[in-house]
Amino acid sequence: MRLERADLLQIYYVMRLTRAMEDRTRMLFLQGKVVGGVYTAQGHEATTVGAAWTLADSDFIVPQHRDLGMHLTRGTSPRAVMCQWLARGNSPSLGFDGQLHIGDIHHGIVPSISMLGESLPVACGVALTMKMRKHSTIVMAPCGDGATSTGPFHEALNFASVQKLPIVFLIENNGYAYSTPTFQEFAIANLSERAVAYGILGESVDGNDLLKVIETVGRAVEQVRGGKGPALIECKTFRVRGHSEADKADYVPAALREEWLVKDPIPRFEDYLTREHILTPDIKAEIEEQVKAVVEDAVNFAEQSPAPDPSTVADYLFAPDGPVAIIGEPESHDPRYINALDRRTGKTFNSVTETGKPAFVATEEVGRR
Amino acid sequence: MSAVTYLEAIGQAIREEMLRDEAVFLLGEDVGTYGGAFKVSAGLLEEFGPERVIDTPMAEAAIIGSAVGAALMGMRPIAEMQFIDFITCGFDQIINMASKMYWRSGMPVPMVIRGPSGGGVKGGPFHSASPEAWFFHAPGIKVVVPSTAYDAKGLLKAAIRENNPVLYLEHKLLYRLPELREELPPEDYIVPIGKAILRRKGEDMTMLTYGAMVHQCLKAAHVLEQEHDVQVEVIDLRSLAPLDKETILESVKHTNKVLIVHEDTLTGGIGAELAAILAEDLFEYLDGPITRVAAPDVPFPYAPALEAAYLPNEEKILTAARKLAAY
Repeated sequence: MRLERADLLQIYYVMRLTRAMEDRTRMLFLQGKVVGGVYTAQGHEATTVGAAWTLADSDFIVPQHRDLGMHLTRGTSPRAVMCQWLARGNSPSLGFDGQLHIGDIHHGIVPSISMLGESLPVACGVALTMKMRKHSTIVMAPCGDGATSTGPFHEALNFASVQKLPIVFLIENNGYAYSTPTFQEFAIANLSERAVAYGILGESVDGNDLLKVIETVGRAVEQVRGGKGPALIECKTFRVRGHSEADKADYVPAALREEWLVKDPIPRFEDYLTREHILTPDIKAEIEEQVKAVVEDAVNFAEQSPAPDPSTVADYLFAPDGPVAIIGEPESHDPRYINALDRRTGKTFNSVTETGKPAFVATEEVGRR
Repeated sequence: MSAVTYLEAIGQAIREEMLRDEAVFLLGEDVGTYGGAFKVSAGLLEEFGPERVIDTPMAEAAIIGSAVGAALMGMRPIAEMQFIDFITCGFDQIINMASKMYWRSGMPVPMVIRGPSGGGVKGGPFHSASPEAWFFHAPGIKVVVPSTAYDAKGLLKAAIRENNPVLYLEHKLLYRLPELREELPPEDYIVPIGKAILRRKGEDMTMLTYGAMVHQCLKAAHVLEQEHDVQVEVIDLRSLAPLDKETILESVKHTNKVLIVHEDTLTGGIGAELAAILAEDLFEYLDGPITRVAAPDVPFPYAPALEAAYLPNEEKILTAARKLAAY
């Protein structure tokens, strides 16, 4: 996959934005402003942003709780994310659910649940629709190493391989399922070896190396789009923080954490960009400024947003009657379709910004340097 | 036009909806080449091809989860459980994925999960389930249970056209019952979800029931009239979630006595909720104890003598009804 200079800067910007959003979320948690648990993915940024970068705009992702990088790459609004953490009434879930359990089917994002692994069969259904309806799109379905132990993981891989569904299954192996290390989770060296059992492409890659992730996942995306059935890519990374912010993760050997901190994907990519004279101190400063502004805007927006109206507690259980559009087909945005709008609010779905992907735009002056 | 069985009525509903709407498709174990374990979908593969009649691996989470994903995309999948007992293998997809999706995301999930439920065919503990109470308790999913060929077709069509997850429980004992054969209207029709139906009018007692027990209640009602001059009103609930409270309350208001009959086990069953509704809403109308006839609180047994002892039937209904009528 060819990456232009602007692409590389954009990727770097989203990686930084992802890290900054999570750092800020953690602060809000410590301030007691986040309502429930906080799950972050420091160290995953090359995997989540890099993998999502390989997709076309019309493709789908079925992200999980540590996939903020994927969300932001695909255009999920930082404001929507902060409204989720702060349980605001205008959050995409209207305050009924928290975390990153958000999505917008019109922008190819399927909301996840807390039972990890359960989204993979759902990804099969999205891909099955693409196959039935002869769409040229594909699905990227990430999960953690923990989820690979579940039945639905295997049911999904098996069904997808039998049906030759256009899915890239992406394992973000971050070393731990909560406190359980990988050697207590599975007895193989590389989780991509699971692919052999399903007769599909399997590859493992350094998940902290942005360029390697893009190269490997990009290859899988190409093959899957070619109709050859699903692929399974393992990105080996590390969960630098605890399972949630309530978890001190003192079960992680200090030396192991140190080893991975050295491999932090952001400085690694930054070194590359600097060596290639793509990232200059001025551009970096400008990116940091923009990251800060976007995060501040998201936090301010969320803090000023109203709490949900308690009188809505028993509302919105069932979708109304009416025609339902097939997503990705002509006129599927026509408001006459029940699923074209969020019928709970009567408005368009609000988890994705209207402008789509967040863009870092260097000023002309800086760009010329 | 010839009379069709309950099973044929289900097959007709699937076929006609697949012809009417290309978003409708069927997936499940052995539904294609084999035509389904009970032959509900016989001929559909030949007519619609393997992309719309999908033989799946033996994997209920994949079947139901795929249905959720396709429904999010705007398709109208019908996910078959070969026996409804196996629905437990896909429980999470229903409880945590499908039934909470619209509420928390605004994205509708128009899908049907259907399969053979109920006992009386020597199926034993793993092929005789009546799982309605688990799902009746879960917000966000509708539950329907047809007792006639007409309703089997009309309710399934309504379920397929519904924009929310629907659990459609067909009773395998009724599949080929000769006395349930009936001529169905040649024109398209649905039986709306949420509407009960009065199967028999009466003044002295209301029987609230559904599924195969409707027919046991009708037999018992006939005996009560012949032998005791007790006029029983039999209401076939058809839709358990949502319940047709209006029809239920109206009936009990004028009969003042109510007998609830279901094949599922007693504790925490549909009858428990019906009893609570009646006690709360019609306390002053009741002339006798709200009475339940249900299976005992044990797993479904295999041996014929045990199965017969387990299942509610005409005789058990009569015993309870006579006692209630005496108040």
